[in-house]
Amino acid sequence: MLADWPLLSLLIWVPIVGGALTLMAGENGARRLALVFSLATLGLAIPLYAGFDTGTADLQFREHLAWLPDFNINYALGVDGISLPLILLTAFITPLVVIAAWTTIRYRVSQYLGAFLIMEGIMIGVFSAVDAVLFYVFWEATLIPMFLIIGIWGGANRIYATIKFFLYTFFGSVFMLVALIYLYYQSGTFDLFALHGQPLAMGQQMLIFIAFLLAFAVKIPMWPVHTWLPDAHTEAPTGGSVILAAITLKMGGYGFMRLSLPIVPDASQALAGLVIVLSLVAIVYIGLVALAQRDIKRLIAYSSISHMGFVTLGTFLVFLLLARSPEAAGARLGMEGAIVQMVSHGLISAALFFCVGVLYDRMHTRQIADYGGVVNTMPVFATLLVVFAMANAGLPGTSGFVGEFMVIVASFHANFWVAALAALTLILGAAYTLWMVKRVVFGDVANERVAALEDINAREIFVLGVLALAVLALGLWPAPLVEIMHASVDQLIDHVSVSKL
Amino acid sequence: MLSELVPVLPEIVLLAAICGVLLVDLWVPAERRQVTYLLAQASLIITLVTLFVVQPEAPRVVLHGAYIADDMSLLLKAAILIITLLVFVYSRPYLEVRGMMQGEYLVLGLCGVLGMMIMASGYNLLSLYLGLELLALCQYAMVAFRRDSPRASEAAMKYFVLGALASGMLLYGMSLLYGMTGSLDIMEIHNQLVREGVDHLGLMLGMVFVVVGMAFKLGAVPFHSWVPDVYEGAPTAVSLYIGAAPKIAGFVLLMRLLVEGLGAMHAEWQVILAVLAVASLVIGNVVAIAQTNLKRMLAYSTISHVGFILLGVLAGTTQGYASATFYVIVYSLSTAAAFGMIVLLSRRGHEAEELSDFKGLNERSPWFALVMLFVMFSMAGVPPFAGFYAKLSVLRAVVQVEMVWLAVIAVIMSIIGAFYYLRLVKMMYFDERHDDAPLQQGRGFQAALSANGVAILALGFYPAALMSLCIAAVSW
Repeated sequence: MLADWPLLSLLIWVPIVGGALTLMAGENGARRLALVFSLATLGLAIPLYAGFDTGTADLQFREHLAWLPDFNINYALGVDGISLPLILLTAFITPLVVIAAWTTIRYRVSQYLGAFLIMEGIMIGVFSAVDAVLFYVFWEATLIPMFLIIGIWGGANRIYATIKFFLYTFFGSVFMLVALIYLYYQSGTFDLFALHGQPLAMGQQMLIFIAFLLAFAVKIPMWPVHTWLPDAHTEAPTGGSVILAAITLKMGGYGFMRLSLPIVPDASQALAGLVIVLSLVAIVYIGLVALAQRDIKRLIAYSSISHMGFVTLGTFLVFLLLARSPEAAGARLGMEGAIVQMVSHGLISAALFFCVGVLYDRMHTRQIADYGGVVNTMPVFATLLVVFAMANAGLPGTSGFVGEFMVIVASFHANFWVAALAALTLILGAAYTLWMVKRVVFGDVANERVAALEDINAREIFVLGVLALAVLALGLWPAPLVEIMHASVDQLIDHVSVSKL
Repeated sequence: MLSELVPVLPEIVLLAAICGVLLVDLWVPAERRQVTYLLAQASLIITLVTLFVVQPEAPRVVLHGAYIADDMSLLLKAAILIITLLVFVYSRPYLEVRGMMQGEYLVLGLCGVLGMMIMASGYNLLSLYLGLELLALCQYAMVAFRRDSPRASEAAMKYFVLGALASGMLLYGMSLLYGMTGSLDIMEIHNQLVREGVDHLGLMLGMVFVVVGMAFKLGAVPFHSWVPDVYEGAPTAVSLYIGAAPKIAGFVLLMRLLVEGLGAMHAEWQVILAVLAVASLVIGNVVAIAQTNLKRMLAYSTISHVGFILLGVLAGTTQGYASATFYVIVYSLSTAAAFGMIVLLSRRGHEAEELSDFKGLNERSPWFALVMLFVMFSMAGVPPFAGFYAKLSVLRAVVQVEMVWLAVIAVIMSIIGAFYYLRLVKMMYFDERHDDAPLQQGRGFQAALSANGVAILALGFYPAALMSLCIAAVSW
């Protein structure tokens, strides 16, 4: 019975309507209302997962309504093995954000929670849209709540950060819009999957690829268009950093897999070298930059950019591997590694930002130098933080290991030097994360304020504990996640191995 | 013979109503001025109803070719009437508080509406010109309405001189066209051009003068210099009036003259419009960044929107005309709301026309901050608001005719434009308020403004209905 419901529409509109109601609610009502709606969304995600058939690469849970028939724009939704994990991730993280804000947000709670719920619906919309214009609408609409979240509840430099965030991403995406309109006149459709089959000449493909690259490279973000991210992540309130890191960055990676690769495979192949080089720069150079940070949030932000380098690397490795051998050994490994990395980074970065939030709520500083010896006063918290730090460094047994390992193995199939540089992250990631942990958590109590710290309460334990369980579960047994994506990834690789010229 | 007059009934009804309002206003004591106001609103509504009742099934040309009633005239006249209705609702508290609530504002406003309706239905050069002049004269008088304000008088003077110059150019262009084709009828001019060809210097000159005159009226760069001064100098109620509906009238004039009349010269005027459009987009968006006065900022934003509307027209396809029609309607709706917000925050002795007056609005009134946020993001072209579909459809039309470079310029300018719209949102949401006065406007006003804001969002969720009306309006 449940399978007949328009599940995807519900997943999009339940949180949006809930967000609108939350906006109107009073302080206390808003919290409960937001929790109910975010849990309801999570509940709706369960039948989506349960009803998903892993044996096929076809779109599932399809919905189709004419929306702007004169323009041939449809309200078309569907999920496959690439989008499903990201939808589940979104539905999983948002309730945690709501719970984490329970007592820490005091200023305009209803607007804060309402914005996050609306944001959730829009993000699920991005991952389930099958129509290019619908995709674009959701894509751009995410900017509005996030702009307000950073600007209203952010840190000292929030206005600079949020305007930079908005304009950077807006800049990237408008060219995508032009490219999508252009594609419409080449093909007569806005259906993303129909566009996958559209033949295009090399010159067209190149320009379209560059337009897409601008949008997705800014979003994910890739070096050198990453500079909005450290500002935005650092200044955003805890929930904002969590959602930005855990989900909105993934929109970039998802865009590469859903639009760039299948629509313009030849241009992707021609420029794969460029993307791979940029990814390696992100992995290595940004890893070094992270090492030099004095602000915990900035450090995690740079670590996010470095980790996202694995996503783009794993995605574009496919072309190196295809060039090497027609059966493309390892191509699937690279692509799946990229998706696993997205999900895993979603969990880990969310957890790390929650951890910083816990510290910031107590000490109102993000400077590493202000901490030291936190373990003495907050043992439970320190334990959890160390778990997440290990995961961030890619320790086997945590989810952070799985994705990175898959991508590194895939890159060994392709090119030794790529693999060698990518593997550097195991050293760099461990260095900047563990060094940060050492300075914040271990050692003697640094000052009276640290001495006065209280350990985390039940609510915080719940949020971090759930995330820790997810990180460990995914690290020990990634098979269910990987299984979801097999068919879709295979189909994508088959698709890009055929030239469109 | 008398049936010839049936399609013209809306204008006749309005004219009669104007005379009625004018007379009644003489006998209404000053303290019961709302009688005049209600009568004025009632005449707009009656006209709107008449418009729909008498609309012929198929396009009908009457009065010896001087008047046409077709889908475009119906749609745009309805838009003009509805938006003017809103404009009157918004102006009322502003005028009452300042002791300016006199019958003249309403009567001049209604006369202007009559002029706009004639422009929307004019089908020969003379009736179009008369409609335009009727509108323009009302506007000059309205700008100068507050005669003890030097700023308003200066604005009125500038507006009058430049407007008269523009009318002169337009008239000169029209006279050249008449000389070349021997007819005043749009249809006849069109047929003549198709038959005889367009390769004639006199025709070119006539077309150029007509375009220049209309560019003045629309406020396209480089004929835009009056726009910021008039918007800023005029009382807010008048800027509101000038900013909203007359742009629709200017657009329909462009459609009748260039597209229907001089359609055969599309290749020639396309280039001119492209230059005007790009210049308007660049100047409008870049200069708006430097403004601290909201009315001036909206003026420059208008200039950039005119650039977008011209882009739609120059594409020269049904798609393009429909997109420009959609754009101009959405534009008027958002402009009315933006000026409505200024009135909302204004009170006796305080004009909330500086950007900084919006600081901290979210704390004073979360709902109206949200309404203004809708308006600003819609103007910036961010989905899911109506302005996004307006821009999307224009871009689509431009890309369709293989002018991708124009689309690229337009989106780059939209990014620049996003900055100053965002700045206002930033002030409303992120800055501390320094004005604690409660909002004073009444329930009706607030309801109208809320409905206006919600309409912008609703048109974003469901643009299909309006879009198909626009497509029907331009499918000849």
